Amino acid sequence: MKKKLSNKLFTKELVLEASIASFKKLNPRHLVKNPVMFTVLIGTVIMVAETFMSFAGYQTGEGSFYNLSIMILLLLTVLFANFAEAIAEARGKAQAATLRNTRENTEAHKIDEQGRITSVISSALKKGEMFVVVAGEVIPNDGEIVEGIASIDESAITGESAPVIREAGTDHSGVIGGTKVLSDRIVVRVTSNQGDSFLDKMIALVEGANRQKTPNEIALTILLASFTIIFLLVVITLQPFSMYVGAVVTIPALISLFVCLIPTTIGGLLSAIGIAGMDRALRANVIAKSGKAVENAGDIDVVLLDKTGTITIGNRRATNIYPVNGFDSQQLFAYCALSSLGDPTPEGKSIIELTRQLAPAMNVDTKSYDRVIPFSAEQRMSGIDLTDGVKIRKGANDAMKKWASVDTEAEYTRISVEVDEIAANGGTPIVVGKDNKTIGIIQLEDIIKPGITERFARMRKMGVKTVMVTGDNPLTAKYIAKHAGVDDYIAEAKPEDKMNYILKEQSEGKLVAMMGDGTNDAPALAQADVGVAMNSGTQAAKEAANMVDLDSDPTKLLEVIEIGKQLLITRGNVTTFSIVNDVAKYFAIVPAMFAASIPGMAVLNVMGLKTPQSAILSAVIFNALIIPALIPIALRGVKYKPIGADALLVRNLLIYGLGGLIAPFIGIKLIDMCLSFLF
Amino acid sequence: MPSSIISVILLSAFVILLAYPLGKYLSKVFKGEKNFMDFLTPFENFIFKVISVDPASQMSWKENMKAMLRINLIFYFWAYIILALQGSISFLNPAAIANMEATLAFNTAISFVTNTNLQHYSGETGLSYFSQLLVIGFLQFVSAATGIAAMLVLMKGLVVKNSQSLGNFYVYFVKSITRLLLPLSIIVAVILLFNGVPQTLQAPEKITNLEGEKVTIATGPVASVVAIKQVGTNGGGFFGTNSAHPFENANFVTNLVETSAIIIIPVALVFMVGFYLNRKKLGWVFFTVMVVMLSLFIFSAVALELSGNPQLAKMGLSQPQGNMEGKETRFGSELSALWGVLTTSTSNGSVNSMHDSHTPLAGAVYMFDMMVNAVFGGVGVGFLNFFLYVVIGVFISGLMVGRTPELLGKKIEAREVKIASLVILFQPLIVLPMTAIAAYIAKTTPDIGWLNNPGYHGFSEMLYEFTSAFANNGSGFEGLGDNTAFWNISTGLVMLVARFIPIIGPVAIAGSLAAKKSVPESEGSLKIDSAIFGVVLLGVIFIVVGLSFLPALALGPVAEYFSM
Repeated sequence: MKKKLSNKLFTKELVLEASIASFKKLNPRHLVKNPVMFTVLIGTVIMVAETFMSFAGYQTGEGSFYNLSIMILLLLTVLFANFAEAIAEARGKAQAATLRNTRENTEAHKIDEQGRITSVISSALKKGEMFVVVAGEVIPNDGEIVEGIASIDESAITGESAPVIREAGTDHSGVIGGTKVLSDRIVVRVTSNQGDSFLDKMIALVEGANRQKTPNEIALTILLASFTIIFLLVVITLQPFSMYVGAVVTIPALISLFVCLIPTTIGGLLSAIGIAGMDRALRANVIAKSGKAVENAGDIDVVLLDKTGTITIGNRRATNIYPVNGFDSQQLFAYCALSSLGDPTPEGKSIIELTRQLAPAMNVDTKSYDRVIPFSAEQRMSGIDLTDGVKIRKGANDAMKKWASVDTEAEYTRISVEVDEIAANGGTPIVVGKDNKTIGIIQLEDIIKPGITERFARMRKMGVKTVMVTGDNPLTAKYIAKHAGVDDYIAEAKPEDKMNYILKEQSEGKLVAMMGDGTNDAPALAQADVGVAMNSGTQAAKEAANMVDLDSDPTKLLEVIEIGKQLLITRGNVTTFSIVNDVAKYFAIVPAMFAASIPGMAVLNVMGLKTPQSAILSAVIFNALIIPALIPIALRGVKYKPIGADALLVRNLLIYGLGGLIAPFIGIKLIDMCLSFLF
Repeated sequence: MPSSIISVILLSAFVILLAYPLGKYLSKVFKGEKNFMDFLTPFENFIFKVISVDPASQMSWKENMKAMLRINLIFYFWAYIILALQGSISFLNPAAIANMEATLAFNTAISFVTNTNLQHYSGETGLSYFSQLLVIGFLQFVSAATGIAAMLVLMKGLVVKNSQSLGNFYVYFVKSITRLLLPLSIIVAVILLFNGVPQTLQAPEKITNLEGEKVTIATGPVASVVAIKQVGTNGGGFFGTNSAHPFENANFVTNLVETSAIIIIPVALVFMVGFYLNRKKLGWVFFTVMVVMLSLFIFSAVALELSGNPQLAKMGLSQPQGNMEGKETRFGSELSALWGVLTTSTSNGSVNSMHDSHTPLAGAVYMFDMMVNAVFGGVGVGFLNFFLYVVIGVFISGLMVGRTPELLGKKIEAREVKIASLVILFQPLIVLPMTAIAAYIAKTTPDIGWLNNPGYHGFSEMLYEFTSAFANNGSGFEGLGDNTAFWNISTGLVMLVARFIPIIGPVAIAGSLAAKKSVPESEGSLKIDSAIFGVVLLGVIFIVVGLSFLPALALGPVAEYFSM
């Protein structure tokens, strides 16, 4: 089910759907939104009149079939542009449909305030209502768990086969409609009305109904409209100019010149490029709430990344236990194991595992305790009181210092040295104490994800600063930051630290992106220029963010940034290509227009095009064909290489600038050769 | 290599050598840093007191532009009234010159207020000394100062962050005159005086020549007017034939001085950009882009003029001096072509030969140069025009590297692109339809008598006139009989809008940039002080201007050349 949708650009169904849509899009009310193509439509209408007149025997200065060919070519130009937009939409829609299929109408068990359960169909559920799902059932709608814990199979949406745990009141309380509960029973509150979920919004964006132009797109449209007006003036004034010098120009020639000069290539592909950008985000399983969010991603200067899960694999593991103050190591291992009994965290479990490895023969009496002291944020330690009155505690060094009142100053200094050494090597030291005396240090270690350093190097090349956010102490954070290759870190981070960091960077004019899942993260997600919420996160986080990652993959931000950049680059390069194309078109059309009246002008026919008619036809054909020829680039996007802005500019100028200058000279010449061969 | 070409190169080196320290000095003057001309401060403060301006006060971009429009409106009425009534003022009017006709006075007043100095009259017979000094001389100072002051408002906008304070137009205006235009004009005038350029308030001399004919030799306060004419990219000659006249441009030395004076402030202002922004490399990139274009134009024009008239060549006539029609023998083809390029680059518009008689393609070079109007350009305004291309260049190349474009740390967004495109669009929007109207009238009313030359050349004359008026250049293809109501009013209006809209547009962009936060540079941001951005700028300029005007140029000079 998962996005195994064909990655091929053109499938039969898509092409058929897009072809039909191309004709529907001829509607002037639709086309007027694209000023460049709208003027081509007007040109086509004029040519229709010209063609009729010439067939009816009126003198238009050109032959009837020539007029007809120009008319058809202009119509094709508009249709090709419509097709580009339509195929981008069709692809996006197909992608969205695979996701939407997961939420066909299912039965839902609505539960009211009195606890009465009624069966309704899922589409009848309204925002704020609650429903119950038990093991084996499909969740009928997006929502947030308000009661219970369950393991859920989300493979229908994310493609990830391993089940995930979702629990009320945690940062992982969000569930998606269409996923399946594997165990337990949960009560879920509906978070969005039918047709109003993130996915629905995204589908609407892709379909163009709600697509708003991004600021960059607006700026570009203005520039292209200015060019169109300039060329309109050029062509209109050419009539009196030629009249004055005694040259004759025909309306079909003027319209051909106009259509060739206005930036039809980028004008025709502009919306396709925008839609394709959204589509690429969707293919990466990211739901963007607006096109602007995707584009902003390309501009990001700073990225805040949580250490755990993004930079390091999962959780820290205990890797060593050091006795201090001459305490017996076997006894220490046993106390470590005991003190971790009441610790359900992965770290606690890893400590027990480690003690089993270090002392396989050890037999810990798991019943010999009186009271478990759970970890609390104020105490910042946890532990156990044994039945024989022994108190075991473990925790961060500074917390344990206060507790270990029996330690002498000299002992404490020695301990601090060891603690700092562990921290400086990237470990997290956990100090263990018995009856207010320190007896040992547990070393927890992070494992940096393979390949992550290369990714950060790539980010640096893109000009993006990476910042690691961690609850670790500064020494550990520094070590991991250095080894993972991030540029900066926030250690001992509290939720408001993220917010402050974002505000600080933004006050310097930078754009900041972050990823988050908890309700704690919501203000920062809202403040960030690009906030990506994990789908597993809380509703508050998802509301605050401007993108939601269905995979809940913390490294997704990096992909999103590249998609944003690719979008801008594609737009910029097709624009450049489109405009420099005009040089060759001038050299084809201007000498052809005046060939009869000003023979000297033949010097400008540098391509040696056969006849004035074939020259103009070739230019118009090239102008029309270049649109479908560039559809693959528009849909796939120009490849982004993180080689620095200057090098990238040189590269793209050579390919799209110089290439755009030369390509039409060759293309028009080839078409002219074909035409003169055929006729 | 002919010695004249060597002198072209030496002259250029000489100008750059002078312009660099001048640019540094100007940056100090306008940043208010210490400089050796500070002894003028009490004098300037006195002026500020008289016009009741607090030199320390700051204005927004809009207030600055309002100040500019206000004083220019006053200058216009001042000029119009004096020109229209000059005959009634007997003071300083020894030759008893009559009142100027209304449409000509309108055209002339606008022409000098806008720093264009298009002249539909001849100074000898059209202006009293009173007008020459208090209209022509005076306006050549204040119109140049207006351009420089506007440029400084823009510069200020590029350095401030999160601010509406874009300096004080009046301060920039006064200092441009006291610290730059006056001193430089005095130096140039003195050199001209020593080389025989007259400076007198005596009446024209009536003498009997050797053949016994009575002739009137026009003279007057020439040196002072010629000095500011050259220095302030004005170009309004004292005499009808401008610097081709021996009393304006006496010999090789005066020609060298006047040629350098055309370009020195425009070049210095580009260097000033580097010093002012504290980004010398950027100053060099802008300078190089302009020098590349200028060299290309000079090389083409000199080569075309040296190659002579193709029709004469076809007859088998040797033209060792090149095309000498309409040129002064004391300057020759090379120095006339050099002047032609410099004067059209900088919106100066003074001439030392008749551009109408240059070979058609050299004429096309001059027209293209004026259409770009940013190859150093008019004092102050040249950089304002260039800035528009920078904005478009930054926008396009920013997209090409996948980042919302930034200029000096400020994001270029829809508003900036909109203003820049509209102002760039404004040129073809005015020049093409106006030329079309003129062409239509000339064609449908054959006996209107505007043109001495029909066909391609006549078309070129009309295109040149409007291009020159739009570029606030003021030079002309003088085959056009331009002192008629149509030409006086149409070019008058063109000069007016083409002066102020291309000033207000870039300053508005600067105002909008100034209000923005500044983004620090990162490896992903495009560096505009790089050679590759220079290439982008060249591309943008040639493509935008070329695509707008290529068909018009093809029907004028290009068709003329290939039909010769």
